[in-house]
Amino acid sequence: MLNVALPKGRLGEKVYAMFEAAGYECPSIKENNRKLIFENAEKGVRYFWVKPSDVSIYVERGAADIGVAGKDILLEYSPDVYELLDLNLGKCRMAVAAPKNFYDDGDRTLRVATKFCSIASDYYAGLGRDIDIIKLNGSIEIAPILGLSDVIVDIVETGTTLKENDLEVVSVILPISARLIANKSSFKFNSESIEKIMRSIKEQVDKK
Amino acid sequence: MIDERLLKSEEKAIFSLRSLYKKYGYLPYKMSKFEEYEIYIRNKDFLVSDRIITFNDTNGKLMALKPDVTLSIIKNGEDIPGYKQKLYYNENVYRVSDSTHNYKEIMQAGLECIGDVDLYDVYEAAYLAAKSLSLISDSFVLEISHVGILSEVLDEICSDEAFKKKAIGFISEKNAHDLAALCREYGIDGENTDILTSFITVYGDRDKVLENLKSICSSCKGDNAKSALIEFKELSEMLKKSSMSDRIIYDFSVVNDMNYYNGIVFKGFVDGICEGILAGGRYDKLVQKMGRKSGAVGFALYLDLLEQLNASKPDCDVDVLLIYDEQDGKARVAEKVNKIIADGKTVSAQKKEPPRLRYKELVRMDSGEEKI
Repeated sequence: MLNVALPKGRLGEKVYAMFEAAGYECPSIKENNRKLIFENAEKGVRYFWVKPSDVSIYVERGAADIGVAGKDILLEYSPDVYELLDLNLGKCRMAVAAPKNFYDDGDRTLRVATKFCSIASDYYAGLGRDIDIIKLNGSIEIAPILGLSDVIVDIVETGTTLKENDLEVVSVILPISARLIANKSSFKFNSESIEKIMRSIKEQVDKK
Repeated sequence: MIDERLLKSEEKAIFSLRSLYKKYGYLPYKMSKFEEYEIYIRNKDFLVSDRIITFNDTNGKLMALKPDVTLSIIKNGEDIPGYKQKLYYNENVYRVSDSTHNYKEIMQAGLECIGDVDLYDVYEAAYLAAKSLSLISDSFVLEISHVGILSEVLDEICSDEAFKKKAIGFISEKNAHDLAALCREYGIDGENTDILTSFITVYGDRDKVLENLKSICSSCKGDNAKSALIEFKELSEMLKKSSMSDRIIYDFSVVNDMNYYNGIVFKGFVDGICEGILAGGRYDKLVQKMGRKSGAVGFALYLDLLEQLNASKPDCDVDVLLIYDEQDGKARVAEKVNKIIADGKTVSAQKKEPPRLRYKELVRMDSGEEKI
C-alpha cells in the first residue's frame, strides 16, 4: 500500500487529478465529507489530506511514502527526503516586500517579519546584511504598516494583497512551485510504483 | 539462559552484531563518554553538526559529550606498513536532532578498519555492512557508490565551490530539475548537465550503472575517476558473488558527507524504518587530517532507530496477578510465586490490584484460587 500525503486545498485537488490520470484513482476522495483518509485497496494506494506545511513531515517520518509540498516548505525545513519532480503547479515567488518608496540605506539592523525565518536568514546572510528576524504566523503584510518591521519576506502569488496594503516587491529571492517528494527509505522498497507514478506525472507536466 | 522473546530489536541486534564482527577478527573498543572539546574544534569539518554538549571537568578543562566515535578511535593507534587495526564498538553519541533541534542520545554500533587499507578491507566492510543489515531484517537494501567519480567530474565541470556544494545537495535529493536550473545559472552546457543528471537517474542494476560510469569516466581528463571506476567495478564483482547480491544496489546519488568520505561509500535501509540506518565508507581524508598516514574504512549503525520495528506490543504485562493479604504467610506467597514461574508464566505479587496492570489471570491467596 502506497501512502500519499496531499496538501489540503485547491493545489491538493489538482495534484490528486494528476495521480488519478496516472492510474491511481480513489473515487471516494471526491465524496463531500469530512474524512481525511481515502483508500483504494485494489490500486494499492491510500491518500490523506494534511496541512500543506506538514506534508514534508509526514513524508520524512515515513507516515507517507510520497507527497506534494511547496518548495518554500522544503527550503525552510530542509527535510531529508528525495525531491523527485517539479510539478509546475502552485507557482509563486518568495520575495522581499516593503512599503512603497522604502529605501534600505544599510545604516542599521534591518527588521524582517516573516514566516520563513530560515529562508530569510540565508538570503540576508548571503548579502552580508545584519537583520533582526521577527517570526510571525500570519498577516505578515501588516508588520511594516504598523512599524513592527521594515520589510517582510513572504510568498507572493499575484501581488494583490501587497498592493492593497501599499507594499511592493523589493527583490525576488526565488521562484516557488509544488514538488513531488518521497521518503528515502520508502523509495528503496517501493521504487517500482513510485517511479511509475513519477513517469506518468512527468509526462503530464511536460505536456502542459 | 536469555529468553529471546524479552529482547527488543536493538538488544537482539547488539548481540548478533558483536558475534558477527568478532568472527572477522574485529576487536571490541570501549571508550569513555567524554572527550576533550578541542579535538572537535580542530576537526569541525568532519562532524555531522558543530553543536556539541560541553562542560568543564574538575580541572577546568573543557570537555564534550561525544558527538562522534570515529575521531576518538583514530587519534589513538600507530601506522605500521601492512598492519590494520580492526575494531568494533557499541556506544552512545550525543547530537542535535534535525527534526526537533534538541540534543538526542543516539545508540551507535559500528566497525572501523584503520591502517594499510586495501580493496579487500573495503569489500569486507561493505560485506559486513550488508550482513549486519541482514541480521536486523530480511527486507533491507545496501546502496553503494564511489564519491571519487563525482568529485572528479565536478572538479572538471566547474571549479566554483558554491556550485559544487549545491550540485552535491541536489544529487543527494535526486532533484534533477533544480540541478538542471543550477547548471543553466552557471552556464554549464547540455552535455555536462546530462552527465551530472545521470548520477541521479542511473541506479540499481550493476551493469547499467557500470555502463553509465564508463561513458562518464571516458570523458574525464584526469585519471582519478578512471581508477575509482576500476576499484568500484572490482568491488561490485566481489559483492556479486555474495548471497545478498540482490539486496545490494548501486546508486551514485549516495554521497554521504563528501567532507568525510573520499572513496567507496555505502548507506543501508531497512523496510519499516523511515530513514537510513547504516552509513559508512572510506574516509582517508579524516585519518590524514588527524596526522596519520593511514587509510580507513568503516560504518556505523544507528540502533536507536530499531525501536521503530518494535511495532507489536504485548496485550498483557504479566500472565498472573497474585493478590495476597497481610494474614497470608509470606513463605506461602513465595512458594506460590515460584510455582507459577515454574509453570512458565510471569507473575506480579501484589496486595491490591494495581490500577493499570494488564494480566491474563487473577489468583487470590486468601479465598482459595479464583480465575477470571
